[in-house]
Amino acid sequence: MTGNLIVRDLSKTYATADKQVPALSGINLEVKPREFVSVIGPNGSGKSTLLKIVAGIISPTSGTFAISGTAAYMPQDHALLPWRTIEENLLLPSDVKKISRETMRKKIRDLLVEFGLEQFSNLYPASLSGGMRQKAALLRTTLQNPSLLLLDEPFAALDALTRLEAHEWLLLLLEKMHAGVLLITHDIREAIYLSDTIYVLSPRPGTVLEKLTVPLPRPRRHEHLQTPEALALEKKLFSLLINKL
Amino acid sequence: MKKLIPSFALLTGLFVVWELVCMLGNISKTVLPAPSDIFQALVTYRDLLLIHTVQTVEEALIGLFVAVLLGVSIAVILFLFPRVRAAVYPLLVISQTIPMIALAPLLLIWFGFDLFPKVIVVVLYCFFPIAIAVTDALHAADQNTVDLLKSMRATKWQILKFVRLPSSLLAFFSGLRISATYAIGGAIVGEYVGAYRGLGVFMQTSANGHAIDLVFAALVIIAAISTFFLGLVSVAERIFTPWKNVYE
Ligand SMILES: Nc1ncnc2c1ncn2[C@@H]1O[C@H](COP(=O)(O)OP(=O)(O)O)[C@@H](O)[C@H]1O
Ligand SMILES: [Mg+2]
Repeated sequence: MTGNLIVRDLSKTYATADKQVPALSGINLEVKPREFVSVIGPNGSGKSTLLKIVAGIISPTSGTFAISGTAAYMPQDHALLPWRTIEENLLLPSDVKKISRETMRKKIRDLLVEFGLEQFSNLYPASLSGGMRQKAALLRTTLQNPSLLLLDEPFAALDALTRLEAHEWLLLLLEKMHAGVLLITHDIREAIYLSDTIYVLSPRPGTVLEKLTVPLPRPRRHEHLQTPEALALEKKLFSLLINKL
Repeated sequence: MKKLIPSFALLTGLFVVWELVCMLGNISKTVLPAPSDIFQALVTYRDLLLIHTVQTVEEALIGLFVAVLLGVSIAVILFLFPRVRAAVYPLLVISQTIPMIALAPLLLIWFGFDLFPKVIVVVLYCFFPIAIAVTDALHAADQNTVDLLKSMRATKWQILKFVRLPSSLLAFFSGLRISATYAIGGAIVGEYVGAYRGLGVFMQTSANGHAIDLVFAALVIIAAISTFFLGLVSVAERIFTPWKNVYE
């Protein structure tokens, strides 16, 4: 395996009734096995478009991508089904694949216990907090046994404190499942704290402005964000994004 | 139930005023019967009223049931086949401008005095709100959720089954609520043109015989049944959309 994901010269132009909207232009990008890659860029720079193409939801106008293994996608909103309880929501991937529910139930129970959601398993998403919903949606994503997670701003709607917690359980989850990640984010610190590699996109149409390596050891700690390397990276990202707004 | 108290109080007040007007104004029973006269008529003619009521309710329920099946089927077909939708949807809307009362005599000629033509009238009244509500809701399903299913390589049918149909359930019940209020009215319209039995003919013959209290008695029954139908829809909605109660 050369990589979990290789994206080559990917472009996407949306054709609407009255005009052409170029969203992505000539994107090159790679996620190696178990690598954590973030894509950061201003609103409308085509981040969601990139993820939808890689997830197989829409097709690119030109360019190619290849995934070795399977990818699981989590849309920008948690997309839990309101009419299904948390447990039933986690059963959705197996329902789609027509795998018997019984074989999945035990696995789901264990997962819910481990991530502190067992007392919510029979509740509807509407009665959970925002953080819990994102957690449930992420667990559902992992139940597809992916070798690559495609996460579209999974924590954008959370308050700052809940978001910090969410980072911890995402990292915990990744330790167990040996998957690479392609994460879309708006949040510079989030990108630094979580990633091995960060791609910065330009405003529409999105092109890769820069590919940056995060020079921080794992396991990550919040103190790492205060090191000179991290602060320098933060400054660099900030100026890249600000100058392009 | 608590929400209904003000309406109930208002209704009681109106009945009291009505009773007083009839009593003090010395209004003839053959012009405007007092509530007490109507109640009296309900009690006296209960057996006769029951026979006609059963007939009308039967027509309304069968019609409503068929309308639900037809309305949902039309919605799903229009959703699955965009070309059919482009052709049919505008005609469907225009068809609703045809007054049903003009259609009823034709149905009488074609299908006779029995149950069947009345059921057709009820169906014609009732399928439309359901078909439109569900068609729109199938299209309005959350795009993120549809994308999620697509990323799981779900088929169009699976997306329909797991996402679009369940997410249309609330709209379905809004449509059904409107249809349920039309159902009895539709049956009455069907009967008005010609029938052996039913509240529609009953009201017509009563009016012809200047038995206005019986006309009102039938109206009271119609209102009561329609209210009951609405109650049933609300109960069904609660049972079939349990997640909705979370928001309340
Ligand atoms: N289905 C679509 N049709 C037309 N334009 C679209 C569509 N989806 C997205 N766009 C446009 O493409 C650009 C990129 O969108 P998106 O990928 O959602 O950006 P981001 O996630 O970075 O905010 C935006 O200008 C958006 O308006
Ligand atoms: Mg986006």
